[in-house]
Amino acid sequence: MLAVILSRLARMVVVMVGISVITFLIFFATPGADPAARIAGRNAAPETVTAVRHDFGLDRPIWVQYGVMMRKMFVTGDLTSFVNRGQKIVPTLTAAAPVTLSLVAGAAVLWMALGAATGIIAAAFKDRLPDKILMGVSMMAVAMPVFWVGEMVNLVTQSRLHDTWAFSWVPPLGYVPLSESPARWFLALVFPWITLSFLYIGLYGRMLRTGIIETYQEDYIRTARAKGLTARRVLLKHATRAAIIPVVIMFGMDFGVLVGGAAVLTEVVFGLNGVGRLTYQALKVLDLPMIMAAVLYASFFVVLANAVVDLLCILIDPRLRRK
Amino acid sequence: MTTDRPETGSMPPADAAGGARPPPAGPWRRALQGLASSRTAVLSGLGLVLIVLATVLAPVYAKHVAQTDPFRSGLSAKILIDGKRSPVMERSTEGLGLGVTPIGPTWGPKYFLGADNQGRDVAARLLYGGQNSLIIAGAATLLCLVCAAVIGIVAGYAGGRVDTVLSNLIDMIWAFPVYLLAISLSIVMLGKTFEIGPIHISSSSLVVPIIIIGLVYVPYVARPVRGRVIAITNSDFVLAARGLGIRPSRILWRHILPNVATTLIVFAPMLMALNIVTESSLSFLSVGVQAPNASWGTILQDGQALLYSRPVVSMAPGIAIMVTVMLLNLFGDVLRDILDPKSVRGR
Repeated sequence: MLAVILSRLARMVVVMVGISVITFLIFFATPGADPAARIAGRNAAPETVTAVRHDFGLDRPIWVQYGVMMRKMFVTGDLTSFVNRGQKIVPTLTAAAPVTLSLVAGAAVLWMALGAATGIIAAAFKDRLPDKILMGVSMMAVAMPVFWVGEMVNLVTQSRLHDTWAFSWVPPLGYVPLSESPARWFLALVFPWITLSFLYIGLYGRMLRTGIIETYQEDYIRTARAKGLTARRVLLKHATRAAIIPVVIMFGMDFGVLVGGAAVLTEVVFGLNGVGRLTYQALKVLDLPMIMAAVLYASFFVVLANAVVDLLCILIDPRLRRK
Repeated sequence: MTTDRPETGSMPPADAAGGARPPPAGPWRRALQGLASSRTAVLSGLGLVLIVLATVLAPVYAKHVAQTDPFRSGLSAKILIDGKRSPVMERSTEGLGLGVTPIGPTWGPKYFLGADNQGRDVAARLLYGGQNSLIIAGAATLLCLVCAAVIGIVAGYAGGRVDTVLSNLIDMIWAFPVYLLAISLSIVMLGKTFEIGPIHISSSSLVVPIIIIGLVYVPYVARPVRGRVIAITNSDFVLAARGLGIRPSRILWRHILPNVATTLIVFAPMLMALNIVTESSLSFLSVGVQAPNASWGTILQDGQALLYSRPVVSMAPGIAIMVTVMLLNLFGDVLRDILDPKSVRGR
C-alpha cells in the first residue's frame, strides 16, 4: 500500500515538472516568441530590447532561466510580475484562490446533487415522460456555452427583471469575501453557482442515466431482484452504486480543472476576480511569471484531484480493494 | 439497430449451390440503414443540413435581402422604416443623451436583428459568422481525429517504451485546463505571421483557431483510441492473422484501422459540437477568430457591450450555437448507439 502511494506521489511530481517545462517552452522557446520584445513594447528600439533582455535575465541559457524562476517561486517566494513591476506573484495568486474555490465548490455541491438526482430519476422512469423531460433539459444544458448562460442570467437578474420582487435581492456583480459577510457571500454567488453547474448537471445526469441502465443488465442485479429486494433498493444500493464510479472519476477531473482556472468564462461574465480571470489577464499581457505560477497551481489541483478520485473509487467499489 | 434482414436486391447473388441465405450486409451498410431508420437521426441530420445551407447562402442574403456589406461599418447609414428615414445608430435617450445605440431588430429585410456597435447588420453577420464557426469546428474536428488516430495507433500498436512516452505526454496535456491551453497557444500564435516552407499563414487567418482547437482535444480521443487498439491487437483474430504470418503493416491496415474507425466516427459529431462551443468561448475572450472575420463567438463578444440595451445581438448567436450543438449531439447519440456494440440501445 505504501509503495502504491509513494509511486503515485512520484508520478504526481513528474507530471507537474513536465507541465511546468511544457508551459515554459511554449512561452520562452516557441520560435518567434521573444519575451523581451513583448515586455519592451510594440515599437521599442533594439537597444531597449537588449537592455530589457539583460534586465530580466532573458539572455541567459534557457535552463538557467527555468531554474531561476522555479527557485524564486518555491524557495524564496519573491517572484515578481514582469508587467506590474513590484507585484508579488505568490500573494496575488493566494488572494484569488478563495474566490475560485468558493465558486467551484458551491457549484460542485449543486451539480453533484442535482446531476445524481437527474440521472437516477431519468433511469427509473426510462423512456417515460420524466425521463424525456429531464434528458431534453440536459441536452439543452450541455449545448449552451457557459458564458452565454451567464449573460442571459445577468440580463434577467441585473437588468430586465432586477427591479421586480423576484430579483431585487440580487447584489451587483462581484465577490464578497466569506469572512466579511457570509450572507452577502452567499447571495453574490447564487447565480454564478447556478450558471456554472447547469452544464455539469446535464452532463452528469446523462452519464449516470446511461450507466444505471447499462448496469441493469449485469447478473448481480438479477440476483438482487431474485432474492426479493425492492426495486428502489436495487436501483439505489446496487445499480447506482456501481454506475456512479465513472461519474466520480469525471467529477475529480472537472473539479480539479475548474479550481485550476477553467472557470475563467464564468468568472469573466460575473466579474469575479478568481484564478481563471487572473490567468487570462496574465496571458493577455504575457506576464510570464504569473502565467507559470498560475499553470503550476492549476496542474497541482488537477493532479491532486486525480489522486483523490482514485482513493474515492476504492471506497465506493469494494472490487477495487483487492488489487 | 435494425433487426430485420437486409434487402436481398442489392446484395451479391446468393450461393446457388447451398441455397443459403445471402451474406449479411457489411457493418457500414447496416450502420447506414440504422441511421436511415432512426427518426431522430434523420430529423437532426436534416436540421444540420439546413443550418449549413443557410450559412452557405450568407452572401445571397447579404446582397439581395439585407442589401448591406456586413463587414463594413455603417455608422451614418439610414434606413426606411414605415415610410420614415431613421438612422441606424440612434441617439441615446437615456441619461445625458450622449452616445448612440444601434438600431434594434426591425424584423424586416434590412437589419432583421438590428445592428451592432458599428452599425453592421447582425442577421447577415450571423450567417457569415456561422460559416466560419462551422468551418473552424469541422476542420478542427478532422485535425483532432487524425492526430488522435496517429498517436493512439502508434502508442497502442508499438507498445513498450513508445507507448510509455506517448501515454505520459497525453496525460500531461490532459492535466492542462483546455481553455488555458488554448488561450496560451493563441496568444503565442496570434499577431504573427508564420512561414512554414511555402505556406504563408497570416495571423488573422482562420487556420490559427483551427489548429488550436484541433490540438487541445487530441488527448480526449487519443486515449480511447489507444485502448481500443490494444484490445484489438490482443484479440484472437489478430493473433490468428499474426500466426498465419501476415505482415504487421497489413494487420494494421486491414484489421486495426477499420475497428478504430468506428471509434473515431462516434467521436466526430460530439467533437464538432464541443469545437463549436470552444470556438465561441475563445472568440468571446478575443483570442479566437480575429477581425474582420466574423464567427458566432465574435458576434457574442460584440454583443457583450450591448447586453442590456440590445440583447438580441447576444441572444441570436447563442441560440444558433445551442441549436447546432443540440442537433449534433442528437445525431451523435444515435450514431453511437448504432456503431458502439457495447451501448445499450444498440443491442
